[in-house]
Amino acid sequence: MADIAPIAGNGLLDRRAFLRASGLIVTGYVVNPAAAEPLADAPWSKEPGTLVPAYGTPSNYEKAVVRTLSNPNGEPRNSHARTPHQQLQGMVTPNGLHFTISHGGNAEIDPAQHRLAIHGLVKRPLVFTVDALSRYPLVSRFTFVECGGNSAPLFSPEPIQASVQALHGLASCAEWTGVPLSVLLDEAGVDPKAKWIVAEGADAPHLSRSFPLGKALDDAMVALYQNGERLMPGQGYPMRLLLPGWEGNMNVKWLRRLQVTDQPGMTYYESRTYAQVLPGGKAYQFYFVQEVKSFITHPSPGMGLKGAGLYEISGLAYSGNGRIARVMVSADGGQTWAQAALQEPVLPKAFTRFRIPWQWNGGSAVLQSRAWDEGGNAQPTRAQIVAVRGQTSKPPPVLAFPSQHYNGPTNWAIDTSGSVRHVYA
Amino acid sequence: MSTLKWKLFGIAITFPVTVAAAGPNLGQPLSHAELAAWDINVLPDGTGLPKGGGSAAQGAPIYAQKCAACHGEQGKGGISSALVGAPPMKGMDSPKTIANFWPYSTTLFDFIRRAMPFTQPRSLNDDEVYALTAYILSMNKLIGEQDVMNAQSLPKVKMPNRDGFIPRFPDRM
Repeated sequence: MADIAPIAGNGLLDRRAFLRASGLIVTGYVVNPAAAEPLADAPWSKEPGTLVPAYGTPSNYEKAVVRTLSNPNGEPRNSHARTPHQQLQGMVTPNGLHFTISHGGNAEIDPAQHRLAIHGLVKRPLVFTVDALSRYPLVSRFTFVECGGNSAPLFSPEPIQASVQALHGLASCAEWTGVPLSVLLDEAGVDPKAKWIVAEGADAPHLSRSFPLGKALDDAMVALYQNGERLMPGQGYPMRLLLPGWEGNMNVKWLRRLQVTDQPGMTYYESRTYAQVLPGGKAYQFYFVQEVKSFITHPSPGMGLKGAGLYEISGLAYSGNGRIARVMVSADGGQTWAQAALQEPVLPKAFTRFRIPWQWNGGSAVLQSRAWDEGGNAQPTRAQIVAVRGQTSKPPPVLAFPSQHYNGPTNWAIDTSGSVRHVYA
Repeated sequence: MSTLKWKLFGIAITFPVTVAAAGPNLGQPLSHAELAAWDINVLPDGTGLPKGGGSAAQGAPIYAQKCAACHGEQGKGGISSALVGAPPMKGMDSPKTIANFWPYSTTLFDFIRRAMPFTQPRSLNDDEVYALTAYILSMNKLIGEQDVMNAQSLPKVKMPNRDGFIPRFPDRM
């Protein structure tokens, strides 16, 4: 270990250090066991185990790995369930932990009675059953879905002390399988005057959003499966619109209708909720793209370091514009940087897991990541975002959405006790 | 057996050439009448607005009965957002209200009809939706108390913040 010199300040090591140096001692982010005791057969090794269930669920010892709920008692408003990034690894979000926002509860839909209508500026208005769509040639792709309001607490003028789940838990990534929307539009025959599509859900609010025809013909999908199984109810069972890389709310769940139009619907959510007010009072409209972003998940607040030693810093990077090209990590608040390893697969518009080894000397450190995508887009600094879009005058509640589309960096300060705090570096 | 394989292979090769659409064409024709109950989008130019109409006076009692529990008396706000008022829109600290933010009046009709009341969406008839739309616009002084909102008049109500928006990605629209 002594022959691996740091390549950036405060102990960041070459991203390949773990690969080429066997025998490195890694100190985990959990309590280290006491000194080794003699090994013995545990009770579960001395009798047959439990019944094998028809549908598997995680170990009883993982019951704390759950989403956090904004509306656990079902008051008459929207409900958010946030992904616990600090307890997950890899780039796929398990179906039960994929973030969900429902604006009028989760619709419980009988797939035999569900229909998808395509009409408006088309030659042949059509209606599809779930069975019919399931017979189409299907395509699969990994893509993240991120709420436009994810990371909104970082518009606070002071760093809000909260977990990565509370700050960034409204983004998740899955493998989605479904029918390319272009195939269905081809069957319906799109009129040359068509420019937009207004999508609508079968949920109680009949949530509707408009998206340009160009996106529909590019990579939009009517998704039927999520990580191999049918969509979860909170993802729109039995079908959702998937607009890879675009604002989560536009990926209309419980999809029942697509009206091809010559103008956007100016629906409630695009007119009001997801229009981001700028300093001076004008507002962004039709934000569409979730731009390049990254954050460190390990370590993160609530996940203390237990003594100086070698740790792996890892996190998630993603861009609605394509693949992640590079992630840089700093351990000294942005003074010096080292390039992180990108864990395969590195896919367009999908989570990419990044990793870098770090020799923590037990002193103060500030960890930060910044990402670039294949289009050359850089994750902006917080100062750049605030200069254009402003910040709140006082810290908002952690669950509030004062603005949208924060894609700046997140800084974690480590103190000498190993605890992790959110700071603005 | 080998003949069958070759036949299948032959079909696979010619399929993209001989069939126009890439899909198996499993959609069923959908008539206007069959679509009617779902055909509820109202576009900003008024396309999709139904027959019927209503005034603020007609909307007031409906509001008191079906809306005030959440949105407060006369739209002052409660557990749900206020519907009246237009504080200056200065930045992200300014609350978004109908009169200081919403760009199109048609969105009111569209959203009330599809999503309200929260616990009983799609329970209002079109006249009631027009009347509630008129009531909210009237309380915000955007129309007169006697003005009737219908398919002709509603799209003509110009909202104060119509020009307050900047498309973020105009090249993708």
